[in-house]
Amino acid sequence: MQKGRNSGGGYALIAPTLVVMGLALAAPLALMAVTSLKSQSGLNLSQGWTLAQYGEVLGRASYRSLFLRSVLISGAVTVATVALAYPMAYFVAFHARHKFLWLVALTIPFWTSYLLRVFAWKIILGFNGVINSGLLRLHLIDQPLGFLLYNPFAVVVTLAHAWAAFAILPIYVSLEKIDRSLLEAAGDLGDGAFRRFLRITLPLSMPGVIGAAILIFVPTTGDFVTPELVGGTKGTMIANLIEVQFNAAGNWPLGAALSLVSMAMVAVIAGLFVAAARATTRNIR
Amino acid sequence: MKQNRALTLYAFAYLAFLYLPVLVLPVFSFNNSQFIAFPLTGFTTRWYSGLFADTAMQHALGNSLKVGVVTALLSTLLGLTAAKAVTHYRLRGADAALGFISLPLFIPDIVLGISLLLLLGVLSLPLSLAAVVLGHLLVCVPFALTVLMARFEGFDKNLEEASADLGEDGWMTFWRITFPLMLPGIVASLLLTFITSFDEFLVAYFLSGTEATLPIYIWGQLRFPERLPMVLALGAIILTVSVALVVLAEVVRNRGVQKPMVGA
Repeated sequence: MQKGRNSGGGYALIAPTLVVMGLALAAPLALMAVTSLKSQSGLNLSQGWTLAQYGEVLGRASYRSLFLRSVLISGAVTVATVALAYPMAYFVAFHARHKFLWLVALTIPFWTSYLLRVFAWKIILGFNGVINSGLLRLHLIDQPLGFLLYNPFAVVVTLAHAWAAFAILPIYVSLEKIDRSLLEAAGDLGDGAFRRFLRITLPLSMPGVIGAAILIFVPTTGDFVTPELVGGTKGTMIANLIEVQFNAAGNWPLGAALSLVSMAMVAVIAGLFVAAARATTRNIR
Repeated sequence: MKQNRALTLYAFAYLAFLYLPVLVLPVFSFNNSQFIAFPLTGFTTRWYSGLFADTAMQHALGNSLKVGVVTALLSTLLGLTAAKAVTHYRLRGADAALGFISLPLFIPDIVLGISLLLLLGVLSLPLSLAAVVLGHLLVCVPFALTVLMARFEGFDKNLEEASADLGEDGWMTFWRITFPLMLPGIVASLLLTFITSFDEFLVAYFLSGTEATLPIYIWGQLRFPERLPMVLALGAIILTVSVALVVLAEVVRNRGVQKPMVGA
């Protein structure tokens, strides 16, 4: 097995993984597409095919604005998380004396329940929360601030915290890989620190930035926990609507259509983003 | 340098941003009031003793450990064989296969959970922990594959060929060359997939049925204000145990690197 490159052994090795993924990914998604083309009466799905669900998903103004809001919130989360994490990763890669210690310190907050990390923000931003109590105690305000919680801003802050590790680590890895002699060369050739960053460090760290953005954008569009805990009615996202179709409302065809449309939307946006990021990087060089 | 000082300051501010919410958990888990609000009223350990008496929590913890261990072992095994296949053999369609296996990274978890829910419905299979494991494999195999491929790519294939030339059979070569060199990658993959599965909520929410995993249990508790301090105590315990596990894994990993060729 270990000598010649007879590929038969290779196919046998990868086959189990492909079978499991086919069973758990391809088959269910195909079934979801089938379900989305049905209508439902009571507990039974119709025999015939219909595009009614897609008509509903794309036709209703309230659904369209929910899609738009989800994309805007997830987009804002992605931008905020990456922008906040980049200087941190840069510091560890280029300036920190004890890199390993910093990496451990940066990951420890993520070793507890996701739900509780999200919930913690409800405690911090709430009416009797950490921020309001602190400001009251300092006599900076005499009424608790009500605008901190239950809005899209709270969702963005909470998710920018919950997903921070997924930005710090990929960006750090790509910064760490940069050949330091390139930076010295640019310096010797007369580039200032800022130009050097813009022309060498930033483009070379782009794979990390793109990876981080995808790792954050995709899952945050599908999160219904954070909007439900800290979003209020104005912070509701598309995943909340999908969740309702599969539980309280019990309209599986509509839920399936909503899922597929949001999946397609996420894929298109992620693809466009990767293409745009690559193009910009090439132009800088 | 002034620039560095600003950056250092930022680094510590960012660290504070990361830790502030997490420190809320232990602080209120020792606070002698069922209301999660300042000012703190006094020290108590009653939330912890309440937690240790909670059989529903223990059952959910047991479920999560089972699901996490099975998911970690299976996804690391599936990741290992796939990573070996694409790094050691020239396969036609290798890129397509890798793309297919990594596809779940580009699909929101809620969609993965729901599509499996539909499949179970059509096959008339019950919601169960086994279904949760299947869902978690979707989420975890891409992670395992990424970690293990990175390890295989930095792997000198000549070592395996040399071992074979020196007369070791396939099994001994695997045991004395491949496995020790892969061990750090395997440990990292097991750890990453276990913690991902252990903390996964969205997929388990649709597939677990009556057998709650720990995140499902926590989600249920968040609706009852009087149960919250106990939930925070649980969060503090999970944090402490995970940190201990990470330190332990780091120690084991360093050992693994230092003794690759023991025994004759």
